[in-house]
Amino acid sequence: MLAALVAFLVAFAIAPLPTAEAITIYVSNEKDNTISIIDGDTLEVVETVPVGRRPRGIGFSADNRQLYICASDDDTVQVLDLETLTVVGEIPSGPDPEVFVLHPDGRILYIANEDDNLVTVVDIEERTVLAEIPVGVEPEGLAISPDGRWLVNTSETTNMAHFIDTETMEIVSNVLVDARPRYAQFNHDGRYLWVSSEVGGTVSVIDAATREIVKVIGFSIPGISREGIQPVGVRLTSDGRWAFVALGPANRVAVIDARTYEVEDYLLVGQRVWQLAFSPDESLLFTTNGRSNDVSVIDVGRLKVTKSITVGRFPWGVAVRP
Amino acid sequence: MTATHYYRCFLGIVSREALRFVHQRERFVAALVRPLVWLLVFAAGFRAALGLSIIPPYETYVTFEVYIIPGLIGMIQLFNGMQSSLSMVYDREMGSMRTLLVSPLPRWYLLMCKLLAGAFVSILQVYAFLLIAYFFGIEMPPLGYLTLFPALVVSGLMLGGLGMLLSSVIKQLENFAGIMNFVIFPMFFLSSALYPLWKMKESSLLLYQICLANPFTHAVETIRFALYGQVNFLSLLITVGVLALFVGLAIYGYNPARGMMSRKTVTTG
Repeated sequence: MLAALVAFLVAFAIAPLPTAEAITIYVSNEKDNTISIIDGDTLEVVETVPVGRRPRGIGFSADNRQLYICASDDDTVQVLDLETLTVVGEIPSGPDPEVFVLHPDGRILYIANEDDNLVTVVDIEERTVLAEIPVGVEPEGLAISPDGRWLVNTSETTNMAHFIDTETMEIVSNVLVDARPRYAQFNHDGRYLWVSSEVGGTVSVIDAATREIVKVIGFSIPGISREGIQPVGVRLTSDGRWAFVALGPANRVAVIDARTYEVEDYLLVGQRVWQLAFSPDESLLFTTNGRSNDVSVIDVGRLKVTKSITVGRFPWGVAVRP
Repeated sequence: MTATHYYRCFLGIVSREALRFVHQRERFVAALVRPLVWLLVFAAGFRAALGLSIIPPYETYVTFEVYIIPGLIGMIQLFNGMQSSLSMVYDREMGSMRTLLVSPLPRWYLLMCKLLAGAFVSILQVYAFLLIAYFFGIEMPPLGYLTLFPALVVSGLMLGGLGMLLSSVIKQLENFAGIMNFVIFPMFFLSSALYPLWKMKESSLLLYQICLANPFTHAVETIRFALYGQVNFLSLLITVGVLALFVGLAIYGYNPARGMMSRKTVTTG
């Protein structure tokens, strides 16, 4: 008994602590029209920057010096200079931009226009629209394969993942998934695409070559109704070990073994967890919790939520800068 | 009287208490089953009720199971304090206490030894409980298991002191069950053990103030903060103050010249 107790205490004393690195976390606050900036060492909000109306999807330029912000109600993508923290320009986006992805070459931005059933392709440097690709109704999630060849867009009402050839800018195939596909994410080698279905309550794993669904992952949490589980943001570790899925009003992030597709755990975070972002070394995962107005920090090594940080109202997008 | 005498006496009392603990397996099992029932049955029903707000010492949302752990630790120590006071009343009735009290060592010292021995037993129970909870997936911060220890000593002594004070007042074994109900249930329910006090405040300000005045609340909060490597100075101060008060009164109560014991001695012979 005593020996077991001692072993138990020692095992804890030597448990590894997360490594600290100088990172900065940016969070878009949909209701406050601001970006909250969190210091990665202290995990405290150090600055709040006013931006355009209803900021949602955010992401960095290829050189990490600028933050692109979907200002949905201003019908534009703003460019925030991260040195001066001022908006230095706008990228034409078409109406109501919600999310975008950056081509791996850093020159082209693909933007989903929810109201117009379009994906707008923009040359960042020239600030010109290269193409408008008609897709299904209410386009939402966007993902680009690591080699930049395939763009995937999910349309919420059509319930499809559209595979778009980035050279011809045309849809080459459609994969039907469960209701209201919200978010798409390729795995590290681009062989599989993960798509979350908000209303369907599932995550579909699609073989990117055959465009066939290889696995549909369901969720069940004791004490929470099926309707309360609404998968949104998805993130995969680059070692192929874990997948994390934000489950919206279930207030939890599902931890999935990416090799077996088994759900291993549900981590309690704030209310209506929406989007996710890793730190560059993937030791930490940040979640935006829309209804409780905070960002939860998950220790990826220990699979534990370590802290929740209050930000502005309705945090939506999150991006971590090295 | 040399230090050796004091030490031998201390060892004697502690080993008697430890023996009692080892021999009474049912008592050990009961001490663990009680909080485990709360944890695994009661808390499961309230699973979704919490996680609404973050209060210190927590840095993120916690499930109800995690929230009530410090309260259940307090419950273990509270019951243990009552149990050891029960055994004191029993010893007194059976006459075995006289063997102890004829010792030439000062009485306050004997009582302190008894108190420490009781706290030691309660700490063993607490760690056994935490170990079982751990295997049910309810984990505390790794270092919390160590930083918890000093808080357990303080809260264990305080609740043991309460038991000792009661035992100095209670005349007969039969009275004990009634008194225990009077003490344990209000102390446990009118505290921060089961629900955070801000929730209590929302429903009733008066209840909130009663909870704040309850020393058990402060024992639980001392434990709660210690589990997260923090110190709640106000609660710690109150717990230590109440500890001093209870033990002081108990020593007074057991003083042959003044307290309860003198009358007892007179009546028995």
